[in-house]
Amino acid sequence: MSTQILMPALSPTMTEGKLARWLKQVGDDVRAGDVIAEIETDKATMEVEAVDEGKLARILIDEGTEGVPVNTPIAVLAADGEGVGDVEAPQKEAPAPPKVAAEAEDHTAVADRAAERRAPAAEAAPAPEKDWGPTKSITVREALRDAMALEMRRDPNVFLMGEEVAQYQGAYKISQGLLEEFGARRVIDTPITEHGFTGMAVGAALTGLRPIVEFMTFNFSMQAIDQIINSAAKTLYMSGGQMGCPIVFRGPNGAASRVAAQHSQCYASWYSHVPGLKVVAPWSAADAKGLLRSAIRDPNPVIVLENEILYGQHFECPTDEDFIVPIGRAKVEREGEHVTIVAFSIMVGVAMQAAEALAEQGISAEVINLRSLRPFDAATIVESVKKTNRVVSVEEGWPFAGIGAEVAMQIVENCFDWLDAPPVRVHGVDVPLPYAANLEKLALPQPEWVVDAVRKIV
Amino acid sequence: MAQATETRKRPRGKTQPAASKAQSASKQRTIGKDQLLRAYHDMLLIRRFEEKAGQLYGMGLIGGFCHLYIGQEAVVVGVQMALSEGDQVITSYRDHGHMLATGMEARGVMAELTGRATGYSHGKGGSMHMFSKEKNFYGGHGIVGAQVSLGTGLGFANWYRETDRVSVTYFGEGASSQGQVFESFNLAALMKLPVVYVIENNKYGMGTSVDRASASRDLSQNGAAWGIPGQQVDGMDVIAVKEAAEAAVAHCRAGKGPFLLEVKTYRYRGHSMSDPAKYRTREEVQKMRTERDCIESARHRLAELGVDEAALKAVDDEVKRVVQDAADFAQSSPEPEPSELYTDVLLEA
Repeated sequence: MSTQILMPALSPTMTEGKLARWLKQVGDDVRAGDVIAEIETDKATMEVEAVDEGKLARILIDEGTEGVPVNTPIAVLAADGEGVGDVEAPQKEAPAPPKVAAEAEDHTAVADRAAERRAPAAEAAPAPEKDWGPTKSITVREALRDAMALEMRRDPNVFLMGEEVAQYQGAYKISQGLLEEFGARRVIDTPITEHGFTGMAVGAALTGLRPIVEFMTFNFSMQAIDQIINSAAKTLYMSGGQMGCPIVFRGPNGAASRVAAQHSQCYASWYSHVPGLKVVAPWSAADAKGLLRSAIRDPNPVIVLENEILYGQHFECPTDEDFIVPIGRAKVEREGEHVTIVAFSIMVGVAMQAAEALAEQGISAEVINLRSLRPFDAATIVESVKKTNRVVSVEEGWPFAGIGAEVAMQIVENCFDWLDAPPVRVHGVDVPLPYAANLEKLALPQPEWVVDAVRKIV
Repeated sequence: MAQATETRKRPRGKTQPAASKAQSASKQRTIGKDQLLRAYHDMLLIRRFEEKAGQLYGMGLIGGFCHLYIGQEAVVVGVQMALSEGDQVITSYRDHGHMLATGMEARGVMAELTGRATGYSHGKGGSMHMFSKEKNFYGGHGIVGAQVSLGTGLGFANWYRETDRVSVTYFGEGASSQGQVFESFNLAALMKLPVVYVIENNKYGMGTSVDRASASRDLSQNGAAWGIPGQQVDGMDVIAVKEAAEAAVAHCRAGKGPFLLEVKTYRYRGHSMSDPAKYRTREEVQKMRTERDCIESARHRLAELGVDEAALKAVDDEVKRVVQDAADFAQSSPEPEPSELYTDVLLEA
């Protein structure tokens, strides 16, 4: 049986080309892989290799022909034993496009479904927070250590790796005592090689292990961000759901004190942008302990953005052995009536101080601690804004395309009609963080900035 | 590197250079007729599969990037013969051959290439991103060099679980310059991880020849600073690849840490489908094809071992049937449902 040779597409965008030259003539034997012709596109000259074998029976498109559409028959091969003269010229018709069972829906249907997926979460009234009973004052540092120890006791697949996490007990002393309890196989000092050890941990997670990767600061995660996004976040999707990546990336994020631009960036907006990741940013010791436990148990990659200044701060934390905080739930830290202040991480403390000052001025502010940035708990914010009709977002990071922009847009999408004033954002100044003490203070949000922002809209 | 200038074609099937004849005696010791016939089958399956993929690409049925493995078949087939159940495999984006070698179905791979629901990734991954947990194939990675750290992590998992499984981590000579490759070498050597690193040196990283990209003249020694033993292997000879891989795997299984193989191979086709291939001469490609082709030489060797033409023809026919079936399946399968757009982003916590 004869075989048609079609004008091939040699790039995703090629629709037609010039048949520049035939390298085989009628009557020549053709084997798979033989170069039979040259074609030219606007970008390049390329060779056409034979896929099938036989004798070249007919040339249907002469060399030098311009504008030959892709999939046009250009020649006919006679099969073994078939005479060249026996082969008929085929109808010049491109083969029918492949049959596709599922017809694509129109864009509106897809957009509507995307909206449906978002809306119910924002409209359902959030369930009340569970009461965990008695509490004890501990530092954020202790809370993080306890969370890791509890989860490592619970699951032998959980291990910690990073720079100085084992023998040194953590650059910020977060992993104190873990090496003694769990040994060197589960508490692993790495060389200073973020890209390499992050990729290694992601590879281990693809097999079902549950690594906790500590970055000495999230600034250093930039060395490894390709593995976090391209490998950890996307593999589940790219594998059609076969291969999950249960991994935690944690460490201090944002400004510490006087460490200047390269050690002081907030990555909340960067990581929250990425589907396939979860992102949490604890403020209190209870947040830290409860969210880190959830993060370690989560079957997905979770970014835990801690804060160095908070490590030494004391908070009340439930003593219940099972205490845990679900990912994706914001918390109303202080109830109020006149304005909603939305913050996360260390800025929750700034917002609380501002709320205190505002109370003295007769303004009742509600403070929401986001806790999770992705998934984002729009419902709790919407519920609050429907009551206060005003909102101020506070973050330490830069304003452009920051978390504040997302807070404002979520409100616009979900409760625009309840707003009595435009949303306002308080944020770090839009510059690399300076070293000088006075300049650093001028660059990072202070409680009085929040007070001023509130007073403009109340 | 010497540019091939010889244009004289030698007759097919009678092109064994003296060196490989000299190796013939040792070959008989490590590979039986049946095993070589199996290797011939596996290499031919990859060759025919890739030719078909190239054809479907030309017809517009496969989109995006499509990197064919034609010419390099002996590498994955030879290495795979040295592996056991549970050993992991990971590679770059030129991955179709690796998937077929690990036993993944031609149908599912081809259907992924055409972006159909029946593909290994349900049409969401495409040529460069396919996986099979069942076959311990960990992808299919599109970022050059990223799979080297990930593959080191597969070896880490074996170390952590205290199994004797080995991770085979493939990458090209182009990726061998990436920083994370050297970071991985350091980690694997430091922790004595069971990782066989296989550099598939096909001479060209896209259009840049290796001597223009790497100051290293012997990539098998790129792990020397960390004490990683390395060996160069003739990647056009499936038996040589198998023997070298067996030694490397044994080294890793014995707990001696990583091993580095530089397998010298050649890709006949362009870097991807849209490659005008102006960085090398047609004669250079043709010389490799006619003198060094791994499938032709295996066929020749089989004939020497007394396998008759009919038996070889039966393999050819079987391979053709499987590939045509895969192509038919890949074209007749439905595209993914629109609702699939939203699935597999996150697992339920």
